[in-house]
Amino acid sequence: MTAAAIDRTAVAPAKAGAHAEQIWAWLAEVSDPEIPVISIVDLGIVRDVQLAADGACTVTITPTYSGCPAMQVIADAITDALHAHGLQDVRLQNQLSPAWTTDWMSEAGKAKLQGYGIAPPAQQVIDISGLRAGVGADGALAAISRRAQPRLTVACPNCGSRHTEITSQFGSTPCKALYKCLDCREPFDYFKCH
Amino acid sequence: MQNKVNYLLRLGDNALILSQQLSQLCGKGPALEEDMALTNVALDLLGQTRLWYEYAGELEGAGRDEDKLAYHRDAHDFKNCLLMEQPNGNYADTMVRQFFFDAWHYFLIVGLTRSSDARIAAIAEKSLKEVTYHLRRSGDLVVRLGDGTEVSHAKTQAAVNELWMYSGEVFAYDAVDEAMVAEGVAPAADGLRAQWLAHVAEILGEATLAMPPADAWMQKGGKQGRHSEHLGYILAEMQFLQRAYPGATW
Repeated sequence: MTAAAIDRTAVAPAKAGAHAEQIWAWLAEVSDPEIPVISIVDLGIVRDVQLAADGACTVTITPTYSGCPAMQVIADAITDALHAHGLQDVRLQNQLSPAWTTDWMSEAGKAKLQGYGIAPPAQQVIDISGLRAGVGADGALAAISRRAQPRLTVACPNCGSRHTEITSQFGSTPCKALYKCLDCREPFDYFKCH
Repeated sequence: MQNKVNYLLRLGDNALILSQQLSQLCGKGPALEEDMALTNVALDLLGQTRLWYEYAGELEGAGRDEDKLAYHRDAHDFKNCLLMEQPNGNYADTMVRQFFFDAWHYFLIVGLTRSSDARIAAIAEKSLKEVTYHLRRSGDLVVRLGDGTEVSHAKTQAAVNELWMYSGEVFAYDAVDEAMVAEGVAPAADGLRAQWLAHVAEILGEATLAMPPADAWMQKGGKQGRHSEHLGYILAEMQFLQRAYPGATW
């Protein structure tokens, strides 16, 4: 939670040592409970893996949304997976800052979403660290002004058309919105930029 | 320390009571999309509640976890503002209440990301993106309802007029709030209120709705535990299970 920790370039998961590499590979096999085609590593939920000398393994995860009901399932799945691979002492640590962003989703993860029929996040997330650094009242107002919002172009995951429109800002899970394609007429889920 | 515990409980209570109100619309929203949106917003607020309560319980050190704080307190122990406990009413009432709340919540959370308390700043940073999304949506809805049909305009204007007197309590700071401002934990009321008024004026203007006077008389008391009758009904439903079967777990 230090100032340095919110530097977006410094948040790439640190992989230390061969054992940690192995644990990362095991974690990459743990599916997201709500979107089973992508793993929790693809999603960017796993932030760090630490292996202590006594064999204790600490996995640091970050929630996607504050109230995401999948987080407990994910925590259990991580523990179960590592136990199954013979790690006895597994500890989970929840980290709120820096806040999870869809920018951390891997390119492979985005491709898998697309193949599954969910349009991946369409743009880089607007950096909110400026608000924190004290841009002040104007910055805070501009971030929610109706005039300032650029229109997102979301490509249909079925036919590739960019001729789509939003039907609902919220979808079946907190991380998705509902769109429909105006060319192939298919409705589809869109993974919101966050 | 007691001031910070109380401040955190207020943050949690505001989010929890509004979350509970929105949850009551699950399966009853006026359209499928609205139903999903209301319940998703409720879920975000519930998640934020847990983060505030968890920290409050740890600081207090009296063994109260998030469940005890939610289910084992009576109405006078809840310190949410009166706005959050106002009934869902018609859809204009629900959305105007939401918009007034979201606009305050957004500027508050922006301020809290700069809190001198690192944990509060982290929770605010986590919540900010959710809260920004809520405010954009409720502002859009107020514009659509206000600048919609004659009937939707009339209902939305009535909701604005009716709920206006509950919109000022969040800016009425007492000793707890002032202590948090002095410690650099929370943002000052004046700045927040100016931002809130500017944004609300912009949205109501676009919605062709008349904005009531900023210096109108405002209802207060929720922060000090003096609630309207509505809170009792909300808690009766929310706390039923734990009151009927104390300590029950899944």
